[in-house]
Amino acid sequence: MAESTPIIAVDKVSKIYGNANASTVALKDVSLSIAKGEFVSLVGPSGCGKSTLLRLIADLDKATQGTLLVNGHAPDVARKNREYGFVFQAPTLYDWRTVERNAELPLEVMGRAKADWKPRVDKMLAMVGLRDFHDHYPWQLSGGMQQRASIARALSFDPAILLMDEPFGALDEFTRERMNMELLDIWQTTHKTILFVTHSISEAVFLSSRIVVMTPRPGRIATVVDIDLPYPRTFETRESPRFFELMTVVRETLKEEFVGHE
Amino acid sequence: MTNSVTLNESTGADRQGRSMPRWLWLLSGYLIAFVLVALIWEGSKAIFEIPDYKLPHLAQIAEAFVRPTPKGPVWLVLLQDAAYTAFEALVGFTLGSVTGFAIAVLFQRYLPLRRGFLPYVIASQTVPIIAIAPMIVVGMGRLGAPPWLSKSIIAAYLTFFPVVINVLRGLESVDRDALLLMRSYAATDNQIFRLLRLPASVPYLFTALKISATASIIGAIIGELPVGSTRGIGVQIVVGSQYNTFNPGFLWATIIMAALLGMAAYALVALAEKRIVKWKREE
Repeated sequence: MAESTPIIAVDKVSKIYGNANASTVALKDVSLSIAKGEFVSLVGPSGCGKSTLLRLIADLDKATQGTLLVNGHAPDVARKNREYGFVFQAPTLYDWRTVERNAELPLEVMGRAKADWKPRVDKMLAMVGLRDFHDHYPWQLSGGMQQRASIARALSFDPAILLMDEPFGALDEFTRERMNMELLDIWQTTHKTILFVTHSISEAVFLSSRIVVMTPRPGRIATVVDIDLPYPRTFETRESPRFFELMTVVRETLKEEFVGHE
Repeated sequence: MTNSVTLNESTGADRQGRSMPRWLWLLSGYLIAFVLVALIWEGSKAIFEIPDYKLPHLAQIAEAFVRPTPKGPVWLVLLQDAAYTAFEALVGFTLGSVTGFAIAVLFQRYLPLRRGFLPYVIASQTVPIIAIAPMIVVGMGRLGAPPWLSKSIIAAYLTFFPVVINVLRGLESVDRDALLLMRSYAATDNQIFRLLRLPASVPYLFTALKISATASIIGAIIGELPVGSTRGIGVQIVVGSQYNTFNPGFLWATIIMAALLGMAAYALVALAEKRIVKWKREE
């Protein structure tokens, strides 16, 4: 897995919020290496720093200590190179743009040739199953459809990396499971590297090739679990004994950490 | 009218089971409101024995509208004056909105400017406009400006303020993740402004323009009140109040015409909003 250079490399990274008088250690000495094409999930309870780590990688926030490399570059350079697409927990669609125009937004910002917008966006909307809704405004879509539109937007400019911050956290269980399947399809057709933040253990086990289990106060990596469930994963995967074993492994890690702290 | 029809169609489930004709059902609200206002009007006149010069009969007002004059019936004369006032207000409205918008954009982009100038912008609206209107009218008249321009300036003065405040709020109304999204694309400040802040401010702009539309009419009318003005619905209001004892219906005819003018201005902006802001949930 690690023979080629990692696409994301995090080395002894710490993030401290606040000043000398009142400070919170959001991340402490976190090191992590992700290979091209992996699907890695960051799992842990609130306050474990999983979203913070994602935002440091995306250069939406700055690390206090340590080094990060994204596709071989410092995060700010990687951001300016448009190496990643970011999907927020809220769909963050622009109300005044139709689904199609929303998906075109990064292409417009990045100055891509206008002739390329439509074919590119059509393809992405077809992939997320929104082709028939291209001229709808965000308020006309359900929460699941809005999130699909935001995934299409993140993929429209074909970044190598997809950073997803609890993208399905606000969806109901049924919609979430369907979106999980669709995301795996997208991952397998596009060969993106996906870094996925969630607090759902079952979601992480179902999706990932590797799970990074994080614990709070201070935020750090407790363990990394390889998920050896074969792809493509199906509804039956969720019912297999191995699925439950892996869920238990992750859950036990989190439990030990909590017990260890008391 | 067509607009209210489509609106009622989309929300008209509550009409089911009624047997009255559709047009009557749609008009019934206007009828009920008018009858109620008329009852209160004539009722209080009868009960409190209010004389005609203080509150004329509705019939007297109606009669004042259709009375003939050398220049045609009164309603036509008033309509012409209202059109003149509308012109003054429109010039002022345009001037005020454009200025207000530009000020809001400057304030949003340069925080020190906002800190320094916002107190003056707010202070400008605490000055009683009725006190400085004559100064503007007389002063500009001496400078040789056309008579309508001073009225437009007063209209602009009342227009720009709601635009500054609301557009500023609109430009700042974007949420954090919407901004971070732009950051993730490495967007320039100009792109963030053009593709995010500006469109986000449009609904706020229309809220302001609806206030400003009526305010600009009031501004123009206030500008017409000082002695020396010859045209406009404000002049007719002055004439009406001078002859009120002899002709009590006329003053109210001018007031109603002024009110209709304000309502028309509001309706025009609301219509433009409906055409332009297509992305909002239907209310």
